[in-house]
Amino acid sequence: MGSGLKLSRRDLLKWLGATGGAALIASRLPWLGGTEARAAADPEPTKSHRLRRWAMVINLRRCDGCIGLNLPPQCTQACILGHYVPHGMQWIQVFEYKFEMGGSYFMPTPCMQCENAPCNNVCPVGATFTTPEGVVLIDQKRCIGCRICMAACPYNRRFFNWGDPDLPPEALFAEYDIERQVPAIRGTVMKCGFCAHMARQGMVPFCVAGCPRRAIWYGDLEEDIATDTKEVVQFSRFLAENQAFRLKEELGTKPRVFYLPGYGQDVGRTPYQTGLRPVTWPWGSSQ
Amino acid sequence: MSATQAQERLEKTVLAPLTRTGPLYKLVMLALLGVVGWGLYAYSVQLRRGLVVTDMRDYVSWGLYISNFVFFIGISHAGTLISAILRVTQAGWRTPITRMAEFITVVALSVGALFPLIDMGRPDRVYNMIIHGRFQSPLVWDVLAISTYLTGSIIYLLLPLVEDLALCRDKLSNQVSPFKRIFYRVASLGWRGTPKQRRYLLTGMTIMAILIIPIAVSVHTVVSFIFAMTLRAGWNSTVYGAYFVAGAIFSGIATIIIVMAILRKAFHLEEYLTQKQFVYLGYMLGAFVLIMAYFNLLEYLVPGYKMAEGELFLLRMILTGDLAPLYWGYILGGLVVPGLIILLPWTRNITGLVVASILVDIAMWVERFLVVVPKLRVPQMPYPAATYTPTWVEWSITAGSVAGFALIIATFAKLFPVISVWEVKEHMEAKPVEEAPSPTELAGARE
Repeated sequence: MGSGLKLSRRDLLKWLGATGGAALIASRLPWLGGTEARAAADPEPTKSHRLRRWAMVINLRRCDGCIGLNLPPQCTQACILGHYVPHGMQWIQVFEYKFEMGGSYFMPTPCMQCENAPCNNVCPVGATFTTPEGVVLIDQKRCIGCRICMAACPYNRRFFNWGDPDLPPEALFAEYDIERQVPAIRGTVMKCGFCAHMARQGMVPFCVAGCPRRAIWYGDLEEDIATDTKEVVQFSRFLAENQAFRLKEELGTKPRVFYLPGYGQDVGRTPYQTGLRPVTWPWGSSQ
Repeated sequence: MSATQAQERLEKTVLAPLTRTGPLYKLVMLALLGVVGWGLYAYSVQLRRGLVVTDMRDYVSWGLYISNFVFFIGISHAGTLISAILRVTQAGWRTPITRMAEFITVVALSVGALFPLIDMGRPDRVYNMIIHGRFQSPLVWDVLAISTYLTGSIIYLLLPLVEDLALCRDKLSNQVSPFKRIFYRVASLGWRGTPKQRRYLLTGMTIMAILIIPIAVSVHTVVSFIFAMTLRAGWNSTVYGAYFVAGAIFSGIATIIIVMAILRKAFHLEEYLTQKQFVYLGYMLGAFVLIMAYFNLLEYLVPGYKMAEGELFLLRMILTGDLAPLYWGYILGGLVVPGLIILLPWTRNITGLVVASILVDIAMWVERFLVVVPKLRVPQMPYPAATYTPTWVEWSITAGSVAGFALIIATFAKLFPVISVWEVKEHMEAKPVEEAPSPTELAGARE
C-alpha cells in the first residue's frame, strides 16, 4: 500500500512537472502558444534545413493602380476573394502618394511584416507574434481586442472587426486557420498574413498571383530568390540594382516589404493619370 | 470652551450623517442610480452589437473610453498622493481632508480601471491578460501598476479608518441598523486603542504613506506609456510620463476641492473644512496651473519648432483647426481663469475655488480627450484625415461612469466617517483650542 502510494505520488509529480513545464514553455514561446492553430504557423522544414525568410518586393514602375485596365486594384481584389476579407478591410491597399511638385504614384501596401514589429512589442497577450519565418500573424482566438497594436502600427495596416464581420456564407464553414484568418471573429484584429500557407504549397500569395502587371515579387531572403510568377531573380541583387527602399525606413521597424521607386511608367502611366477605382466585395452589404 | 467639549462636538458632527439620511440626499442618490442604469443599458447595447455602436473605426481606434480611463486614473491621484505627501510632511491642516482624498482615490481607480474593459473588443477573454500576459506590453504594466496602486490605496484608506470605525462601534451601537452595527464591529478589527495597537497602526500608516507616493507616480507614468511607447506623431514623446503625472495631480486636487465643498454643505462640516483647507489646496492647484502651462509649452513648442510632417498636421488641427475651440477652451478655462481666481485675493475664497476646480476638472477631461483622439486622426498614410464624433452609447457610458463615481462616494460617506476623527483630535490636542484655524485667520483670504 505504502509503495503504491509512493508510486502514484511520483507519477502525479511527473505528470504535473511535464504539463507545467510544457505550459511554461508554451507561454514563453508565443508561436507555440498551445492552441492547435499555432501549429500551422510552424516553420516548414526545407531541404537545406534553413528557415525561410519570406519577403516581398513591389515594383512601382509596373504599378498603375490598375487604372490603365479600368479595374479596381486587382491585388486587393484577389486578396479579398482568397481570404474572405471582411467588408471594409483592405489588407493590401493601394494608396496614391502625391509628388510634392505635382503628379502622383500608386503604392500597394500590405502588412510590412516588420522584423522589429511595433505591434508585436505592445500586444499584452501575445496574440500577435512573428513566426520563425518572419511572418507577423494574429491569433484571433487569443486576441482580446484592446487595439493597442493598431495604435502602435505606423502603417495603419491593422483592421478591427467592429461589429459582426460581413462574410460570404462559405467562410462561416471554414475551419479556423491562423494563417488564412478564416473565419473572421467579431472584436478581434486582422491583417495581411503574407500568405505563408500558400508559399508552403509552392504558390505565391493571392495579391502576387492577382496582379495583372506582375508588379509584386515574393521570395525568400534566406535562399536569396524572388519571383513575380514568371521570372526569377536574385533577391539581394534585384534590390540593390533597383534602388529599393522600404516605407518609413527611418522608424527602424525593418519591414520585409521592399519597393522599387516608380510611377507606373513601365506599363504606360504618366504621373498625372489618376482615378483609382474603389474595391468591391462580391458578397454582403456595405456597413 | 474646553478641549473635551470640542472633541465631543467633533464626534457628534462627523458621525451624525451615518445615523440618518435626509430626503434630498436619497433623491440625489436615486438620480445618480438612474444615470448609472442608463449607462449600463448603453453598455448592454454595445455588448450585443459590438463596438460598431461607437464611432471608433480603424483609423481613430481609441476614443472616449480611453480618454475616460486616463481621466479617472488621473483624479485618483488626488487622494492618496496628496494625503500621503501631507501626512509625510506632517502638514497639520490636512487632517480633515485626508479621508475624503483617500475615498476619491479608491473610487476613481475602480471606475477608471473599468474603461479598458469597456473598450475591449473581447471582454470575455480578459483572463488572457493573466494566463498569456507579456511583461513587454505597456498594457500589462498598466494592469500591474493599477492593481498595486488600488491594493495600496485600499490598505492606506483602511489603516487610518480602524480607529474611527471603533469609534462608530462604540458610539453608534444603538443608533444604526443591525447591518451597520455588525459591519463596524467586524471592520474595526478589535481596536482597543492600546499603546501596542497604536504603535503597530502608526508604523503601518507611515510605511504605506511613504510607499504609496512612488507607486502613484509610477501609475500615471505607465498609463502614459500606452501612448508614448508608439511611434505616432504627438505620442512619440519623452515628456509624457511627467506630463501625465502632473495632469493627474492637477485634476486630483480639483476633484478633492469639489467633493469637499459638497460634503461640507451636505454634512454641515463648516467648522472643520474651513477656508484654510480650501485656500491651501487652492495654492497647490495654482502651482499646478503653472506646471501644466509649462508642460503645454514643452508639448507644443518643441515639435512646433521643428515642424515635422505629422507634428505639423497635429499642431494645425489643435491650434487653429477644428479642435482649436477645445484646445483654447482648455487653456483659457482650465489654466488662465482658474489661475486668476487663485491669484486674485477677492476671488480666493471657497466659492471661487469651487468654480475654479469645476473648470479645471472639465478642462482636464478635455485635455485627456486631446491626448488620445487628435493623434489618431493624423494620417500615417495618404488617406484623408479621419474624424471621430462619439455616439450616444459612448456618451451614455461616460455619463454613467461619472454618476457611478459620485454614487459610490455618496454611499461611502454614509458608511464611513468622512473626516478622520482621531487625526483631527490629535491635531486639536497638539494645538490649543483657542488657536484653532478660523475662517478670518488667513491673511489675504476674505469671506
